[in-house]
Amino acid sequence: MYGHDTARDVYRQALPVILVSLIAGLFAGTILGSEQMREGIESVPGILLLLPAFLATRGGVYGSLGARLSTGLHQGIIEPNFELDPRLTNAVVASFINGMAVSVFIAVITFAVLAILGGGGNLLELVGIMVIAGLLSAILMLTVLISVIFIGYRHGLDPDNVIGPVVTTLGDVFGIAFLLVGIYAMGILL
Amino acid sequence: MSSPGDNLTGLADELADVTEEALGESTTEALDGSADKSADGGGAGTADARDAAPLSPVSAPDFDADWSVRRIVWTMVPLLAGLSVLQMGSGVVLETFEDTLLENPALLVLVPVQIGTAGNLASIMCSRLSTQLHLGTYEPTLSNPGVRANVGAVLALAATVFGAVGIAAWAIGTALGGTLGLGEVLLISLVSGMLLALLVVVVSVASVEASYRLGINPDDTTIPIVTNVCDITGVLILFAVVAVVL
Repeated sequence: MYGHDTARDVYRQALPVILVSLIAGLFAGTILGSEQMREGIESVPGILLLLPAFLATRGGVYGSLGARLSTGLHQGIIEPNFELDPRLTNAVVASFINGMAVSVFIAVITFAVLAILGGGGNLLELVGIMVIAGLLSAILMLTVLISVIFIGYRHGLDPDNVIGPVVTTLGDVFGIAFLLVGIYAMGILL
Repeated sequence: MSSPGDNLTGLADELADVTEEALGESTTEALDGSADKSADGGGAGTADARDAAPLSPVSAPDFDADWSVRRIVWTMVPLLAGLSVLQMGSGVVLETFEDTLLENPALLVLVPVQIGTAGNLASIMCSRLSTQLHLGTYEPTLSNPGVRANVGAVLALAATVFGAVGIAAWAIGTALGGTLGLGEVLLISLVSGMLLALLVVVVSVASVEASYRLGINPDDTTIPIVTNVCDITGVLILFAVVAVVL
């Protein structure tokens, strides 16, 4: 019976998922703590400010795409094939627009908050970094997420159980890595 | 970071449910129809569902509206934008501690884990409590065996995770050129982690209780809100502890 689970039962069931997210977090943290990233944080005002919002957005955009595709598969209205199905295309295009729009929005509010906190920061630089990081994340996350969901579904995996860990692990690690790429690229461009 | 993915997966599920409801009965009828026509309703039946689709053309406009780019964007962007504004709270704290963070890479390593674990623990706690509520085995006291098991498990999970993280963050931080001692990193990790677990417990119980009194299904609203609140507070607690220890 559900209500009769002991603390030990709950602990044992939850530990694997928590440990996956822990390992992802440590990878992400290692990139964040690396010397290159620290130099980036030091040279571009606002990176730490936008970090939590940027990473939360990865989860929001691609987690919801995953949930939508999973529902569609279960309903039988999309098929696990890599074809130009209108529903699949719409969902992917919408996620891409969401990801990019919110990335730019984050750059703008980061600039605004920096201005309130006492100035500094370059709007063009922040927008550029977020566009580059958002674009690279979109390409990676869309490719991997759709592949994992479709291939997993064909092999009898319920996508609902896969999306969380995939978005969590990849979103964090690559989100921070692509942020660093964005910082470098804008450093060269500006 | 880690958990917002999970949180928002949940949130998006809710959104999908709401949109489904908004679309009304025709969608459900169409679904029932195609399920009847297919040999089995499960995953293997997609080919049958495709064959059945032309037989129920009524369903097409509804599905297409639900899967239109415009609708998806207009539903998600305001939500994501609102969330980003909230996350600026964590951002301001990180920015304030920039010098401390850059000096001590071990603390930077702790940040993603702290944020992720907070939301994960909160979502476990909330979804278990709300299931209990639906099953009628929930009461807001520590003498309730279900509540006690959940609280015990969350505290034990937090002790495991933040103990391990303290050691790992120290090792990685040292490799990255940091100077913080194992004792300091472990102390920061465990104290902030356990405080966070207590906060998760209190906020989860309070919100499930509140949603019950307000007559709202806690599955729908409390989980995404509580997990995000705990994510943000996770950073606040971490740096409150950092400020005291260092």
